[in-house]
Amino acid sequence: MTARDELPVKDSKTRTQSGYIGKSEPRANAKRLLQGRGSFIDDLRFPRLAHVAFLRSPHAHAKIKSMDFSKARAAPGVIGVFDGRAVAEYCSPWIGVLGHLKGIKSPPQYPLAIERACWQGEAVAAVVAETRAQAEDAVELVAAEWDPLPAVIDMHESLSGKVVIHPEFEDNICFSRQIDNGEVDAAFKNADVVVEESYSFGRHTGVCLEGRAILADYNAGEHMLTVHHATQAPHMMQDIFSKHLNLPEANVRVICRDIGGAYGIKVHVYPDEMCTAALSIMLRRPVKFVADRLESFLSDIHAREHKVTVRLAATKDGEILAFDLDDLTAIGPYSVYPRTSGIEGNQVVNLTGGPYKHKHYRASLNVVFTNKNVTCQYRAVGHPIAVALTEGIVDLAAQKLGMDPAEFRRRNMIPDDAYPYTGAAGMKYEVLTHHQCLDKLLSLMDYKGLRAEQAELRKKGVYRGIGLAAMIEVTNPSPAFYGVGGARISAQDGATLRLEPTGMLTVLSSVTEQGQGTEGIFAQIAATVVGVTMDKVKVITGDTSTTPYGGGTWASRGAGIGGEAVLQAGKALRSNILDIAAAILNVDKADLDIFSNEVIDLASGESKLPLAELGRVAYFRPDTLPMKFQSELMVTRHYTPREYGFTFTNGIQASLVEVDVETGFVKLLKHWCVEDCGTVINPLLVDEQIRGGVVQGIGAALFEECHYSEDGQLQNATMADYLVPMSGEMPDIVCGHVESKTRTSELGAKGVGEAGTAGAPGAVMNAINDALSSLGARVTTMPFTPERVLDALGKK
Amino acid sequence: MDHSLPLTLTVNGTRVTSRVEPRTHLIDFLRDTAGLTGSHIGCEHGVCGACTVRVDGLIVRGCLTLAVQCEGKTVDTIEGLSDSGELAELQQAFHERNALQCGYCTPGMLVAALDLVKSEPDASRERIREHLSGNYCRCTGYQAIVDAIETVLAMRRTTAKAAGARP
Ligand code: FES
Ligand code: FES
Repeated sequence: MTARDELPVKDSKTRTQSGYIGKSEPRANAKRLLQGRGSFIDDLRFPRLAHVAFLRSPHAHAKIKSMDFSKARAAPGVIGVFDGRAVAEYCSPWIGVLGHLKGIKSPPQYPLAIERACWQGEAVAAVVAETRAQAEDAVELVAAEWDPLPAVIDMHESLSGKVVIHPEFEDNICFSRQIDNGEVDAAFKNADVVVEESYSFGRHTGVCLEGRAILADYNAGEHMLTVHHATQAPHMMQDIFSKHLNLPEANVRVICRDIGGAYGIKVHVYPDEMCTAALSIMLRRPVKFVADRLESFLSDIHAREHKVTVRLAATKDGEILAFDLDDLTAIGPYSVYPRTSGIEGNQVVNLTGGPYKHKHYRASLNVVFTNKNVTCQYRAVGHPIAVALTEGIVDLAAQKLGMDPAEFRRRNMIPDDAYPYTGAAGMKYEVLTHHQCLDKLLSLMDYKGLRAEQAELRKKGVYRGIGLAAMIEVTNPSPAFYGVGGARISAQDGATLRLEPTGMLTVLSSVTEQGQGTEGIFAQIAATVVGVTMDKVKVITGDTSTTPYGGGTWASRGAGIGGEAVLQAGKALRSNILDIAAAILNVDKADLDIFSNEVIDLASGESKLPLAELGRVAYFRPDTLPMKFQSELMVTRHYTPREYGFTFTNGIQASLVEVDVETGFVKLLKHWCVEDCGTVINPLLVDEQIRGGVVQGIGAALFEECHYSEDGQLQNATMADYLVPMSGEMPDIVCGHVESKTRTSELGAKGVGEAGTAGAPGAVMNAINDALSSLGARVTTMPFTPERVLDALGKK
Repeated sequence: MDHSLPLTLTVNGTRVTSRVEPRTHLIDFLRDTAGLTGSHIGCEHGVCGACTVRVDGLIVRGCLTLAVQCEGKTVDTIEGLSDSGELAELQQAFHERNALQCGYCTPGMLVAALDLVKSEPDASRERIREHLSGNYCRCTGYQAIVDAIETVLAMRRTTAKAAGARP
């Protein structure tokens, strides 16, 4: 299982090259970015381009008494000023609910708030002008009168329902869910050891370096809307623009060029973006909106903000019997469309305790509305919370039992030969490798050596800590994730491969690229399967009018789902190429193979026909082919994962920290991650996905939090005040892999994009607590700022 | 009311003459007037480094510098530094090491890295991390960037040694 087997993409009797799969090929599409010659949306230049800026609510909750646009309309360069009612005539509202999240509710949401704003930063008026500066100047001239309403900021207050935010509902509960697989109380009663702890996770956000960006270009002559959009899911957005702007699907084209970071931030429907598209139709000209940094903090989705109490029951031999948890999370005033804001909490209750073989599980979830910015799915959705609270309580139990945390985990992890396996929370795992990953991690980091060093240093007053965090991760989601709930979000993806006359290979895929390396790995797969060299392959993504239909990039699905579609299309194209070669050469197809841009004789390896010559004949001299023969040098294949709801992956991370007990500062010394994403298509890219993800997770653990005042004002909406990880504080990160291929696809790849973010916060938390353990202190409120560490040490 | 002022400067070796509003930042002038969109905007308040360009040989934040401050000066951006070959080694090392994902931070990162490579040929890994501490990258986690710069520094030292050893 651990060896990198050759891919079973060709018959065993064929002469295959191992190809490019598993090789660290640099990405061809990185070159333009290295010269500053990418095309991000704000780089596009259009004739008659208008710019929109928004007036945003200064209150967390307020009635809009009146807005006077007369001064703004008269300002230089202003093309138009619009309120919510005006835009609503062109764009219908939406409701962020899904059928499979039973009971979830949310009120209709409009592009611009009408009558009432529900968070500070909600857009209430749009000013369109010749330049962005003019639009911003004119926003200042809108005279708005407000009637402030009571704002619900705290999640417990929201749950109490004393003040109900939306008059159409009886309470503030958006969604709730209970899981109980039975006999949990009995398990706790019979346990030798019970531990309980509460964890709190700060509300943070994605901080993409490029703000959200959209340039909508309506052509009245064709009744056609072309949207240049920084989105991860162009087909989903095409469907949404079509539906809410009332245009035929074919009259909407969504194009994604370069995107400056996404991480889940750019996969949702944003009111200001919908408004921009509507304005383009209203004004019959291209309109652009790029969120500036303040707007990004106020209106990009936030995430996390959970408070969880978890209990664990174990025997004195160190066998975990049960987990029991209660999660409360606050999502802002609306459930975000179309994925809903119930998914993160849902993931927490699905994933807690995931690596372990306990039999009893109970979880309770409440998702409540508040008057803060909305939250929704951001990289690793729910995983960082589930992993941290699971691994935090597991460490606490180990401590109470006097067991080494690595050994305690080993005793409780699901055995590597137990698969397929259904966990206590009801999740089905096809094949996981917790034990192999644990072993590999411990040797990679020299766990024993580090423990010895830690003990030595402790004697000298140096507080080092080692933290482990095992994890499971949802990847390659089937339609069970969104589709079954009624969301028009594709779980399948497609790939089209075309052999060009000169023997080049064009690949069109519905998966999108935000720098993960999608295009690079698809080129590797296509080149390998068809039998051409990498320099012959050109990959095109991100255009609804040219690529096959598909879901795009989210939930660690691009490689596993989109990659399999490329592989299948490659196999079909290869077969078609050999049909043509057999016709030209007048030999049996079974005696031929393709290798390095040439059709070769299978037995001898002798070159028979360059693909460039085959292409020439097929396209320009088909008259020389047999009368009834038609060559097909373009094929499309699709792939949907079906057998499992999700193709789970697993891994484990470790963090080594040093805590300065005088100042509360945490210094990250090193970080390790061993994970199993099945087939590793490109080790370089996989490791960089993990490292980038780990650093985002570290941000959550140590720095990042959106601070709201009691009246719902975001207090740190600048990059100087909201701290993100910078290079100086980040450690080197060591990656290792175990490869258990998924059997649900021929490619065998599972996802990896979120693994780093999923496990890092838990590992860092456990490392800090390990460092503090001899001082009897623990931290459980993220982010672990120096102040909170000192607080835990009783030094504040 | 037109408050615009005349401005003449050299951008990537070419003399550019224009009129600008006094409030126009250098980054907006470069992107909107000069059409050089390779330098990016990430925060507009001097924290992220996406707008890093070179003015008279020194790196500056394009979002904290006014265009009119650059009267008579020489400005180099990612486009010019690419075409002149000045960044070639770093670009190749970044490419091979995959020291970029989305690439939005990359132009600023490269211009900042070039500054270090030129001024501190012996910079340690720690110094590299420190020097880049004003350049935010959300994608990579920084390690690949540090590796790439380390590679270039080592390469340059080897070349310098070889050159020095020659009779
Ligand atoms: S845009 Fe200039 S430092 Fe961020
Ligand atoms: S590569 Fe995306 S921000 Fe650096």
